[in-house]
Parts: sequence; structure tokens; C-alpha cells
Amino acid sequence: MSLQPPFPLLSVNSLDIAFGSNRVVKDLSFDLYPGQTLAIVGESGSGKSMTSLAIMGLVHYLNATIAGGNILFRRSTDSAPVDLTQLTDRQMRKIRGKDISMIFQEPMTSLNPVYTVGDQITEVLLLHGDYTRATARDEALRLLRLVRLADVESLLKRYPHQLSGGMRQRVMIAMALACKPKVLVADEPTTALDVTIQAQILTIIRDLQKELGMAVIFITHDMGVVAEIADHVVVMREGEKVEEAAVEPLFEQPQKAYTRALLAAVPTLGSMKGQNLPCSEPLVIFDGADVVTRGEATVQDTVRVQEQPIVRVDNLVTRFDINKGFWGGVSHRVHAVENVSFDIYPGETLALVGESGSGKSTIGRTIQQLQESTSGEIVFSGKPVSQMSRSEKMTLRQQVQYIFQDPFASLDPRKTVGFSIAEPIHTHQLLNGRQNVSQRVNELLERVGLKPEHAKRYPHEFSGGQRQRICIARALASKPKLIIADEALSALDVSIQAQIIHLMMQLQREEGLAYLFISHDMAVVEKMSHRVAVLHLGQIVEMGPRQLVFDTPQHAYTKKLLSAVPVADPKHQRQHLLLDGDIPSPIRKVGDEPIVNPLNEVQPGHYVSHSEASAPL
Amino acid sequence: MSVNSLDLGRFKSIEFIMGAVLVGGIAFAVLFSHWLFPGGGSEVNLAMRLTPPMTEASFPFGTDPLGRDVLARVIIGGEISLKVGFYSALGAVVIGIIMGLLSGYYGGFVDMIVMRFADVQLALPFILLAITFIAVIGGGLNNMIILLIISQWVQYARLVRGSVMSLKDREFILSAKAIGVRDWRILFQHLLPNLLGPVVVLMTLNVANNILLESSLTFLGLGIDPVIPSWGGMLAEGRNYLQTAWWVSVFPGLAILLTVLGLNLLGDWLRDALDPTGRTSR
Repeated sequence: MSLQPPFPLLSVNSLDIAFGSNRVVKDLSFDLYPGQTLAIVGESGSGKSMTSLAIMGLVHYLNATIAGGNILFRRSTDSAPVDLTQLTDRQMRKIRGKDISMIFQEPMTSLNPVYTVGDQITEVLLLHGDYTRATARDEALRLLRLVRLADVESLLKRYPHQLSGGMRQRVMIAMALACKPKVLVADEPTTALDVTIQAQILTIIRDLQKELGMAVIFITHDMGVVAEIADHVVVMREGEKVEEAAVEPLFEQPQKAYTRALLAAVPTLGSMKGQNLPCSEPLVIFDGADVVTRGEATVQDTVRVQEQPIVRVDNLVTRFDINKGFWGGVSHRVHAVENVSFDIYPGETLALVGESGSGKSTIGRTIQQLQESTSGEIVFSGKPVSQMSRSEKMTLRQQVQYIFQDPFASLDPRKTVGFSIAEPIHTHQLLNGRQNVSQRVNELLERVGLKPEHAKRYPHEFSGGQRQRICIARALASKPKLIIADEALSALDVSIQAQIIHLMMQLQREEGLAYLFISHDMAVVEKMSHRVAVLHLGQIVEMGPRQLVFDTPQHAYTKKLLSAVPVADPKHQRQHLLLDGDIPSPIRKVGDEPIVNPLNEVQPGHYVSHSEASAPL
Repeated sequence: MSVNSLDLGRFKSIEFIMGAVLVGGIAFAVLFSHWLFPGGGSEVNLAMRLTPPMTEASFPFGTDPLGRDVLARVIIGGEISLKVGFYSALGAVVIGIIMGLLSGYYGGFVDMIVMRFADVQLALPFILLAITFIAVIGGGLNNMIILLIISQWVQYARLVRGSVMSLKDREFILSAKAIGVRDWRILFQHLLPNLLGPVVVLMTLNVANNILLESSLTFLGLGIDPVIPSWGGMLAEGRNYLQTAWWVSVFPGLAILLTVLGLNLLGDWLRDALDPTGRTSR
């Protein structure tokens, strides 16, 4: 039986996957052709990862069952298709890793920490291919070069913990490619990585796919990544396929309301070009049947520069000692924050952007007094923290609130939501009497779009977006002047993210709040902030009004960051030249102090560091 | 403790009912033992020695080598055994939790002091400690309880310290700190409820262990006056007659078994009831 090309390499036909009686994937069908990149995109709970596991024959490890449908896989043009759902574990093992291989989201945990990189790659080769130890080693070297890793000889002898996240993900890709698979399943392979590294990995996957002619199923939640890599897109929601189309028509003319809402919620870099102030855009919501627009565009003109800054940070330095030697001496230090200065005015949003290790969270934690600074000063309402009495420090903790990244981890699982929201009120004795406190808790819940009866429930009963709303309500409870939002939107789906951004901007207008917005996501930063500070290795390399930094970036690192952001437009061409290299480490030997580069004012309020000329980034 | 997170609906679990019946029944019998058996189970009746159970109406559990009523002695002996088991476990839990919380949360100097104490404690063999302690301070019920507390708080302290160290960098603790919540509230309102599960399990196991330890101490002559019945003491006595008169040791053994079973069931139930997510229950 020989088919005329194009014939599908893999076809999923009315697939149903269930956890007990709960169907997580419903009647899903799609075809994958040779050499094609198919993106499956959807928000959390859409069943996209279950689909990928079903293709790998791994669903039963999660106690799920395939309740119906089939997955037909055709090894070559003239072989009969096999139904992957009917194979035994033993038969599946021969296909897995050889014909179909997979890369996972978390490169930190998917390599075995006690074996060297070389051992792990050669193991795959010896298992599936005709290799001797010696030829396997050569092949491993070739594979590592294939994923653009340098110095591959010594890499073979290294252990996973000695590699950076991006390098590990490349090793994972090399392992997945070891047996020249026909299909590569990539489940959110870049989600845990920084943008510049993400851009590198995407380029590698795309190039290799062309070279090797394999088909790729790319699972992601990020529309920007879809636009960048996919030929064909399947949009999923709550286990069902919403829409399927080639990538360009999908982005240009989405047919279904849900796809339109999803695309509208994606913050697009460059959307604020030419605008001087951030603008709270109307919310585009999918209400189950149609797209609804709520609210209207409001310019966020809330900064009160004539007042005294709420917080001024002066030459802040924070370092951590590590690698205690045998006699307890310090051999290395993490230079998390080096000589950082900025101030935040009432009603202002200052964004700190940077990649992992840039020290952005450390700055936030130091301001919140969760972390001791090594030197420098934080001045709060005109008074240095180091000269504050105990009760003044307590006031600081009332007026500055912190929202963490992970809404699942930042609420005590054993306390009701009401207890958590009331905690700051009790701590600072803002209200007396049970009645008053519970009334205030109810008000706060309504303020963030939840219901008063939610106060009696526990955090695990809420979704991620609702929990982040609870965290915001808790932060508002003490009537703060400044909220430090540490990657507060990163763990949320885009549609939820858009709602939370809307809420935060609304609160800023109504309560005159200032935000220190810590994020790695340039597109969200562009949407929200009045001023931006770009951090690199603990130093500010560029700082200024949002418009100047985004429209006319001066520092090489800012340009690099901006060019790495995936744009949700398949026609957008990325500039590749800027995207080499790894993220440098902030760890230095004792005595090897980093050079602190002074900032120069290039335009009023726009500061750029000198390091551009001296250090290649 | 977080009573507010106890859901009354959870009382309807099979663990709770069975555990409560077992422990409640035993505790009830022991509480009224002196009223049930005014003689204290120590009337010697050599004529009736080693009567098998269910042969004489007045001795349903049979008699021991001195002709004493095994049933009466099991119920009266429960008093000493339960006192030793409960009070020592309770004391060790309270001291262990406080020490563990402090040393895990504050670290540094406090941690060093507490953990050095713990190391010394673990390095000393229990029997050596027991002999020295009893020789210096003297025997008796209260001293035995103190001895058991001294030798066992370390387990709890280490367990709690470990949990605190892994919990204290979690974001909900940081977020409580960021709000300005006082340390003691963080310790007792946030950390304690989150680490109570394994402590409760360890405690139920420890009660049983302590009942047996009391018997070995009594056997060595370091514990309580052997004339006063206790489960552990009775087990030791019955050992010599195991082949000819099983009932002398089997009934106190059964009493220990049922107590421990009941406590374990209650412990499981408590652990689940304290966890609002219901993760640990099916």
C-alpha cells in the first residue's frame, strides 16, 4: 500500500483521554505531515500536554486511559500504519525514542544528575542503534555539535548541574535526535528558559527540522512562539479542538471567537510605540460563546512627580557568600546587586527587567526588608531604613507590599482565604472588631473581582488567576503606597494575565498606588510601566521613560533583549545576529570585583551605562 | 493549633470512629478501674494459680502464677502504661516542637546549641542514660516520664527542624514576613499547622514504644515498683510461662496492640482532618 505524497506521518483520529470519568481530551483529530511543524496551543487545562503524552504512549503512567479513537503512525510510505494506542508497552518502547522522541519543559529535572552528559547520550544510542562504544562517542559528539554546543569534547565528561538551563535543553534535544526520529514532540521546551535562550533554542529546533526533515509537534501556550516556529496550528480549549489552520491565516483571520480572544490577550511588543504614557486597554473576554469587550481605554496618567519619592534606592549592593571552604572561609560571592540607584514616585510603575541572575528579585526583596543589603541605602518617605526604629520599620511593612510569582505557593494552604486577607489588618491593627474586619475582607474580595463568600474557602479551591487576585486583595488590605510585584503575572495564562494587568492598572488609578514591577516579559512591561530599568548582572544598564527605552534603546543588552522577544506575527522576521552566547553568571571569586559602570544621561531622564563599549555581551 | 481548619464533617470517617471507640473504650475502663476492681488486682490466690481463661466465671482472662486476676491487672495496669506512654510522648512533642521550630527558623547560634544538645542525646545509649538517671535522681513514675521525655524530644526536634527549614523559604512564609507578621505568629500559626502531619504520626508510634520501654525499665528494676501492675511489666512476667500459660502475656499484649492501633487510626484521621486540601486522604 503506497500513498501519494503528501501522506500523513501521524494522524490522530477522534482521540478521547479520560481520568476516570473526567474526559480531558475530547474527540481530537489532526494530521501531521513529514517535515511539518504543528503547534498545539492552549491555556492550562486545555489537554495539550495529555495529547503529547498519548502520542508517546505514556498516558497510563499518569493513571489516565485512552477512552476512544486512535493514533495512526506510518513509519514509511509503503508500510501499513500502526495504531499507537493499541501497542503493548514492549512494542511502544521500540518506537519511543527511535521513531518518535520527546523533549520536556524542565531541563533541570529531565537529565539524570548522577551521570555525565556523554553517558546519557551514548546510552540512548547503544539502546536503539547499531553502535559500538567508540562509534557511539563519535555520534554523541556530532549530535552535540548539531545543537550548536561549543567545546563538545569536554562537555561529554560534565554533569548536568555544571551546565546552564539553555545548555541542558540543548543536550536534551541532542538526545531526542539521537536516533533520527521521524517525529519530535516538544512539550513547552522553552517555557522555563530566558527569552534570549528561548530564541536560540527555537532557532536550533527550526534549523534542525529543515536539515533532518523531521516532523515536529510543538506544544506551547505562547502565541509568540507559535508565530515564530509553526507551519500549522491546532488551538485547544478544555480538551477540545477549537480551530485548526495554517499559521498565517490563523493569525490574520482567526475564525473562532476563542482564538480571537486568545490573540487579543497576547501582549504584543511594540504596540505602545509613540505613546508616552501606559494605557489601560479594554478587556477582550471570551465568555464561552463570543468575544466581549469590557471597559474602555484609559491613559494611565497617575504619576505625581511633584511629590517626594516613596522609595529611593541609593547605591544598593547585595552579595551572598557561597562555597564555604574547609575552614569556613568564603571563596566565592554572588554579586546579585551592584551599585543600583533609582527612585519611585507616588502613582508610578517602575519596571525592573532582566534575565535570570540579573538581581531583579533581590532588589525587590531588599526593599521589602526580606534580605539584608551589603551596602547602600534605601530611603523610604525621606528616611533611611538603617536609621528607622522598630515601629517605623513596621510602618514600612504596612506601606510596602509584596506579590510573589507563584500564586500557588504564596498563600498558606492551611488557612482560609479570609484569614490570609485579614492577616495584614490584624498585624498592623488597622481595624478593631470582628465585624469590621470581615466587612473589610468582603470589600477587598469584591474589589479584586471575587465574591465575599469566597472568604471561607481554602486556596486550593481556586484557580491560578483567582489566587493571584487573592494575593492582590491581601496586599491591598494594609492600604499600601507601593506594591512590589515580583513576576506576579508570569505563572498565569495570557487571558488571565490581561485581566490582572487591567485590575492592577485600575487600582493604580483609583488608589494612587505605585508599583515596582519586576518582570522578564518585555511585552507586559511595555504595557504597564511608566519607567523602565534594564538590569544585567546586578547593574542597571539602561533606565528611562518607557517610550525612550523601548523606541530608542541605546544599550546593546536592551537591544538584545528586545530582539529576542517572540512576536505574535508569523510575518515578523527576527534579527538573528544578536542572539549568541549564554547568560553570564553573577558568581565571582572573592577579590574579583566587577567593574561598576557609571550611567550617562543621553536624554533627559534616559540613562545608559558605559559598559556597551568595553564588555561584549 | 489551628482549630479553625478542623472540619466537623470529617468526624464521619471510619478511622475516627474506630480509633475513638478503641482509645475511648480503653481509657474509660482504665479511668474506672479502681471502682471496678477495688482490690487493685493484687489479691494473691495461690490455689487458683494459672487458671486458663473462660474456665472460672470470676476470672474470664484467667489468672497469673500467683493466682491474680489477669483481667483486673490488665485494666489497672493500663493506668501506669497509658500515663507513661501519653505524658512522655506529649512532653517530648511539646519540647521537641518548640526546640525544632526555634532552631529551624532562626538557624545560626540557636540552631547550633539545640543541635549539639541533640547530638549528645543521640550519642548516649538509652540504657546507660536510664541507669545513670535513675541512680542519681531515683525511680518512680514521674522520674521515668522525665527520663523518656529527655531521651525522645530530640526525634521531634530534628523532624520539626527539617520541615521548618524546607518550609521557611516557601513564598507563603516570606509573604507573611513581608506583611510584618510577628515571628511567633509565623512559627505557631503558619509553620506549625503545616508540619504537624508527620509529627502526629511519629507521636502515635512513640506512645506504643514508650509503653514497651517502661516495661523494659521495670524489668531491669529501674522503673516502677514491680508490684504495681503495668502492661509492660505483665508481659515481662508472662514470658516465662509463654508455653504453658499463654494468657498471662497475651492479654496485656493485646491491650497494647489495641491502644496503639486506636492511636494510629486517630493519628491518621487527625493528619487528614488538619489538611484542608484533603490530599492525604483518598
